[in-house]
Amino acid sequence: MSIAAATNGKRHRLVPPPSPADGALGELLEISMGPQHPSTHGVFRMNLVLDGERVVKLKPVFGYLHRNHEKIAESMSYLGSMPYTDRLDYFCSLTNNWAYALAVEKLAGLQVPERAEYIRVITAELTRLQNHACLGGFLLQDMGASGTPLMYAFREREKILDLFEALTGARMMCNYMRFGGCRCDLPPGWREQAQRLVAEFPAFLDEFEALLNENEILMARTQGVGVLPASLAVNASISGPMLRASGVNYDIRKVDRYGIYDRFDFQVPLGEHGDVYDRYMVRILEMRESLKILRAALADLPEGPIMDPKARLRGFRPKPGEAYGRIEAPKGELGFYLISEGGPHPYRYRVRPPSFINLTILEDMCLGQLVADVVIILGSVDIVLGEVDR
Amino acid sequence: MFPRRLSVFILRQTLAAYFGGLGFYMTDALDQIFVTTKQFLVAFLAGLFPPAWQPLATLLISAVVMVAAIIGVFATLFAITTVLERKGLGRMQNRHGPNRVGIPFTQIRLAGFGQPAADGIKALIKEDVVPVAADKVVHFLAPVVMVVPVILAYAVLPVGRNMVALDLDAGVLFFFAVGGAVELAVFMAGWSSRNKYALLGAMRAIAQMISYEIPLILAAVPVIMIARSLSTTGIIAAQAGQAGFLPAWFVFTPWGFAGFVLFMIAATAESNRSPFDLPEGESELVAGYFTEYSGFKFALFFLAEYLGLFVISGLAITLFLGGWHAPFPWLAWLPSWFWFFVKLLGLIFVFIWLRGTLPRLRLDQLMNFAWKFLLPLTLINLLTVAVWHYLSASGWRWAVCVLMVIVPYVALGRGLWGHRRVRKRVYRYAE
Repeated sequence: MSIAAATNGKRHRLVPPPSPADGALGELLEISMGPQHPSTHGVFRMNLVLDGERVVKLKPVFGYLHRNHEKIAESMSYLGSMPYTDRLDYFCSLTNNWAYALAVEKLAGLQVPERAEYIRVITAELTRLQNHACLGGFLLQDMGASGTPLMYAFREREKILDLFEALTGARMMCNYMRFGGCRCDLPPGWREQAQRLVAEFPAFLDEFEALLNENEILMARTQGVGVLPASLAVNASISGPMLRASGVNYDIRKVDRYGIYDRFDFQVPLGEHGDVYDRYMVRILEMRESLKILRAALADLPEGPIMDPKARLRGFRPKPGEAYGRIEAPKGELGFYLISEGGPHPYRYRVRPPSFINLTILEDMCLGQLVADVVIILGSVDIVLGEVDR
Repeated sequence: MFPRRLSVFILRQTLAAYFGGLGFYMTDALDQIFVTTKQFLVAFLAGLFPPAWQPLATLLISAVVMVAAIIGVFATLFAITTVLERKGLGRMQNRHGPNRVGIPFTQIRLAGFGQPAADGIKALIKEDVVPVAADKVVHFLAPVVMVVPVILAYAVLPVGRNMVALDLDAGVLFFFAVGGAVELAVFMAGWSSRNKYALLGAMRAIAQMISYEIPLILAAVPVIMIARSLSTTGIIAAQAGQAGFLPAWFVFTPWGFAGFVLFMIAATAESNRSPFDLPEGESELVAGYFTEYSGFKFALFFLAEYLGLFVISGLAITLFLGGWHAPFPWLAWLPSWFWFFVKLLGLIFVFIWLRGTLPRLRLDQLMNFAWKFLLPLTLINLLTVAVWHYLSASGWRWAVCVLMVIVPYVALGRGLWGHRRVRKRVYRYAE
C-alpha cells in the first residue's frame, strides 16, 4: 500500500475510549507503570486506567532522561555533536552517526568516497542485525520467557560488537563517522571476520525462527494484539519496521536511495495485520535482507580513500543554509535537521527520533487490551529512552 | 539395635547391598535406616520421661522428630534447587549461572553451591520494609499462613517405605484440603500490602489457583478409583510389581498417562511456575502479590513456593509414578527413599526446563485453557478409567482407552485452534 492510498483523511481511534457513562465499566483502577517498572525499557512511565485488567486510558509520561541534547548541540562545533549522537539510541550508535553526518554533508556539500560509503552500509546493516535480534529477545522477555531468547540474541550481538570494537575502538559508543567519510579504515582481517559472521548468522536466525515463530503461546499472545491499521500509522507519522508491519511500503533505503543503497538487491518485507506478531516477523525478515546487503557489500568493497579530501575537521564552517538528512535507522526514520548561519556551530539542531514518534501511537494500540498486552505492545514499538527523551 | 558408628555402618551396608553378599537383610536395613533412626531417637528421648508420661511423650516426640526431618530435608532441597535451577537455566541460556560463592575466607568455591547460604544471610539481615498504608497484622501473617499449609501437606507424603509422617486413610483428601489454604495467604498478602500491583497479582493468583484446582483434583480421581484408596500409602501399594515388562505404575496406562500429563499441567499452574506464572509475572506486575515484601518475609514466600512445588511433584510421584517403588526389580536393592528423590529431582528438572523454554500465557488464555481444555479432558478421563476397569485385560482394552484419550485431545485442540485463529503467516515483499 502506498502512502497516498493509506492516508484517508483525519486520524481516527481504533477503539473509542469508553466513558463511565456507558455503564459497561466497573470501578476503575489507576496504576502508574514506571519509571521504576521492570519492563518499561528504561525510565518510561505509563499512567494506566484499568477496568479489571483491561486498559481504558493510557497516558505516556516521558522526559525522565532528558539531557538537553538539541540545545547543547547549538553551542557545540559540528563535530563536537558527533559523540553525543551515539547516546541517542545507544543500541545503534553507527546509524545515528550516519544520519548526522548525512545532514552535515548536505549542508556543506561534501562528497563521500566510495569505500567510505561501503563501510557505512556495512556498519549500518550490522547495527540493524543486532538491533532486530535483540528486539526479538526483549519482546520475548516481556512475554515472560525468562531471558532464553534474549541470551541467544545477545550471543550474536557480542560478535557484532566485537567487530565494532575492532573497527572503532568502542563497542557501543562508536563515534565513527566523520563529515565526508569515516574516522579510520578497516583493520586488517576485519573484512574476513565480518564475512565469517555474515556466513554464520543465518544459522542463528534459523534456530531463532524454528524455536519461536510457530510457538503457539507466542502466536496466541501476539496475533491480533496491538493492531495498528495502515491509515492510522501513516497519519501518525510512524516509520520503520512498525510502519511496514502495517503493510505500508516505505523504506527510506528504497525511497531516498541515500548512500549507495541503489546498488544492492534487497526486498522490503511487509506485514498485513499490523499487530505485534507482524512487527516481530517483519524484523526477522529484515535481518535476512540485511544479510543479503552485507554479503554483497563485503564482496564488492573497493579500495580507495575513506575521506573526502575537501573535508575539514578543524575550522569547519558550512555556508549558511539548512539541511535535513535522514536514513532508515533500525527503529525507523532517523532525521537530523540543521540550520547553519555560517558559524562554527549550528543555529538550529533538531533530531527526528524514530522511537519517540512511534511511541505517540501507544494509547491507540493499547486501548481495550489487557495489562499483559500493554507490555508487549510497548516492547514491539522498540524504544530506547535515550532517543525518546534526548 | 542402633549401630554405634553410623558412617561405617552405612558404608558397609551399601557395599554389602551392592555386591549382594549379605543378601536381602542388609538392603532392607539401608532402606529402613531413617525409620530405625527415628525409632531409636524417639525411644531414647521418651525414656528420659517418667513411665507414666511415656505414651504421651512418645507421641509428641515422634511428631516433633518427623516435623523436624520434613522441614530440614525439604528446606535443604529448596536451597539446592535454587542453585540447580539458576545453573540449569544458565546452561539453557549460554551462561554459567552462579559459580562463585563457596566457603567464605577460602578459595573453595563449591561450584556455586554456597549461594543459598549467602542468599539466606542476605534475606535475614535485610531491612524489613512494611508500607505505611499496609494492614500490618495481615501483612505480617501472610507469609506464615503461606508456609504452614504447605508443610502440613508433607505429612501425608510417603518419601520411602514406611516413611510417611501421618498415614491417613483420607490422605489425598487431606492434601488437597490443606493445599486450598494457600489461596488465603496469597490474598492476604495482596490485599494487606495496599499496592495495586499486589492486588492485581492476588486477584490473578486466586482466579488461577481456584480454576486449576478443579482439573488437578479431577486428574487425581481416576487413581483413587482404581487404587480404591484415598490413602497415599494405599495408592503406592496398588502400584507395586510389574505389568509385563513395565512397572505397574499408573502412568503406564492410557488413562494414567493422560492423568499424569493433566495433573502436571495443573500442578504447574497451581505452583505458579512458568508458563503459568501470571500472579508474579515480572514484566507486568513487578512481583505480583509479594511486591511489597522484603527481607525474610520475601524469602518465606519464596520458600513456600518451592516447598509447594516439591510437595505437588511428590503427590504426582505418589499417584502416577509408583511412589518410592524402583522401576525394575533388579534395581530394588537401591533404597526406596533414593528412588523417591530421584523421581522428585526429575520432575523438578521438568519444571526448570519449562521455565527456560516457554513464554507466559495471558490471563484470559489461561482461564480458557483450564475451563475449556483441561476440565473436559479430566472429565473424559474419568470415563476412560471406568471403561478400563470393566474391560478385561487385553489388547482391546488398550486400543479403546488409547482412543478415548487421543480423540478428545485432538478434537478439543482443533476446536480451540480454529476458534483462536492463531496460525502461521506468509509474508509478502514489496515490488
